Amino acid sequence: MTVAVDFRNVDIVFGADQAGSLAMIDAGATRAEILEKTGNVLGCAGASLTVNEGEISVLMGLSGSGKSTLLRAVNRLNVVSRGQVLVKDGDKIVDVVTCDQATLRRLRQKQVAMVFQQFGLLPWRTVEENVGLGLELAGVPEAERKERVHRQLKLVNLDQWSKKYAHELSGGMQQRVGLARAFATEAPILLMDEPFSALDPLIRTKLQDELLQLQAELKKTIIFVSHDLEEALKIGSHITIMEGGRIVQTGAPEDIVLRPANDYVRDFIANVNPLSVLTAWNVMRDRRDLEQGKDGWVWLDRRKTTRFKIDDHGLVAAAERDGKPAVWVSCADVESQPEEVAQVFWANPGTSLKTVMLAMHRSQTAPVALFDDQSRFVGAIGIRDVLSAVLRR
Amino acid sequence: MDPISQFMVDHKIPIGAWGKAFFGFLTDNFDTIFRAFSNGLNFLLDGLVNILLMVPPVLLALVIAAIAWLLQRSRPLAIGVFLGLIFIINQNLWKQTVQTLVLVVAAAAMAMAIGVPLGIWAAHKPKVYRVMLPVLDLMQTLPTFVYLIPVLTLFGLGNAPGLIVTIIFVIPTAVRLTHLGVVSVPKSIIEAGEAFGATKSQLLWKVELPSALPTIMAGLTQSIMLSLSMVVFAALIGAGGLGTEINRALGSRRIDLGLEAGLAIVVLAIVLDRMTRIGVGGKK
Repeated sequence: MTVAVDFRNVDIVFGADQAGSLAMIDAGATRAEILEKTGNVLGCAGASLTVNEGEISVLMGLSGSGKSTLLRAVNRLNVVSRGQVLVKDGDKIVDVVTCDQATLRRLRQKQVAMVFQQFGLLPWRTVEENVGLGLELAGVPEAERKERVHRQLKLVNLDQWSKKYAHELSGGMQQRVGLARAFATEAPILLMDEPFSALDPLIRTKLQDELLQLQAELKKTIIFVSHDLEEALKIGSHITIMEGGRIVQTGAPEDIVLRPANDYVRDFIANVNPLSVLTAWNVMRDRRDLEQGKDGWVWLDRRKTTRFKIDDHGLVAAAERDGKPAVWVSCADVESQPEEVAQVFWANPGTSLKTVMLAMHRSQTAPVALFDDQSRFVGAIGIRDVLSAVLRR
Repeated sequence: MDPISQFMVDHKIPIGAWGKAFFGFLTDNFDTIFRAFSNGLNFLLDGLVNILLMVPPVLLALVIAAIAWLLQRSRPLAIGVFLGLIFIINQNLWKQTVQTLVLVVAAAAMAMAIGVPLGIWAAHKPKVYRVMLPVLDLMQTLPTFVYLIPVLTLFGLGNAPGLIVTIIFVIPTAVRLTHLGVVSVPKSIIEAGEAFGATKSQLLWKVELPSALPTIMAGLTQSIMLSLSMVVFAALIGAGGLGTEINRALGSRRIDLGLEAGLAIVVLAIVLDRMTRIGVGGKK
């Protein structure tokens, strides 16, 4: 995996007394202490974070936690006091903190695009002129610019609106213009500073879905700032939680939910519905931890209601439920199965916990088996595994 | 007089004398330069007036109405402009009106040409603005008559000193409104420009100036109105036009003449105001 953006011990201080503040950061002082002693505002301290190509890395935290500050260091909208921000620039790696103006401008025009919370559209320009802003600044000839702008407007379903002014559009549409403007530069790295926070919940969900759809095609590297954990869990492949300018925890969404690093993170996830994050993989018991019977039979649950006979290749040869032969069917088909037949459902590691629970519900709380890509048996989920994951016990 | 006041009066700071000495120094040493400048300017202004007066008045009124239509795309406005100018011709004040028009447009144009760059500079450099502010206050509050005198001694009588006095009076407005316009460009759109890699000059031309344009245009309209308000003063030092008529009416207590010339100024003011309201209201 290639690294797209690498923050290395980034400190950002706003104010005159940089040296004094940095010394206090080294001594581990909090933001309030630094403000009182030096009058400077601590933006973020000692932030190290690696963002790989093609991933959506979400920076999370309450307002004032330094998440936007860190994001804006990537294109030097905020000046870094100490540390490195390495950004992939074609085959090279550029340190944004120390690079010259010409390099910075090239990065901003070609490598790093940005989407703003308040959209940042120019009100005297039409939609297409707004989308073409980045290309215009980079000196792309008009014919090519028109063509690329048109393509982006089609992508976000705004081609009917190209001649309108920004204020004639709804908030959701304005942000789609903002997205198109960022995509139009074809920059591989996208900075999104709470892009959907100013929108109402329905539109927000819709735009999140659209972003995920576009991302599946475009495979950008996205750094996304949000204060909404549901949003972060939905779109993030990695989540970084910040508090008072410092990074508290970084990890995959389910890591954050299952293993919060401290009380701050625990408070954060307290109201999160675990069903929206957890997958079958997160809650299963491994095959080796299951109770083995004779002749290759394995009990799927502690109550010993269901067992599989596994052959030498790891495939299921036979299934039994309450002592009677049973069929095994995929969770994906749970809706279409008649309930009379004795059946055991199986899932893939990526199947959501919600689907697994539905399968349990349909099969009178029978355990759910887990198969890998080659249909080999890897583990099972019993009702107790689900309950403990949901209750986080 | 009490002794303390007497003491202070005895040691009066000779500001007046210093000022007089300064202007005396200028006239003694650079008189030819100032006079040459003044003569050149007079020649230009008079030439322009004469060219415009060679055009038949009704035709010129039509041309101005056409310009109004081009600027604002409004038929009622063009008709109104034309009727207003016809009224002036009817009052037999056309020659004076053209003189005033040339003076006002030249003064406003010069004030904008100097004031807009200064305003942009001040908006980008808060320190510059702090230094500039008291100077602007001085230019606006010092009674006009006070600087009529040195301008008169330096440049003599005529249109040129009238123009210079008017420009001095109007520049602060151009500077202030430009400064206001550029300073109040929303931070979010400046950052959008920066984030997409704008150079300093791209940021100015593609983000700051378009955003500040309505305020700057309000500055132009204000400059024209203030220039018009100066024509009576400018007439005191020999600038021709409607101001001269009003001064004459005042001197000979001619209510009729004063009313006619005053109304002509009002008509001219309304015409210029409506014509220059670009980007204010209308389309955003």
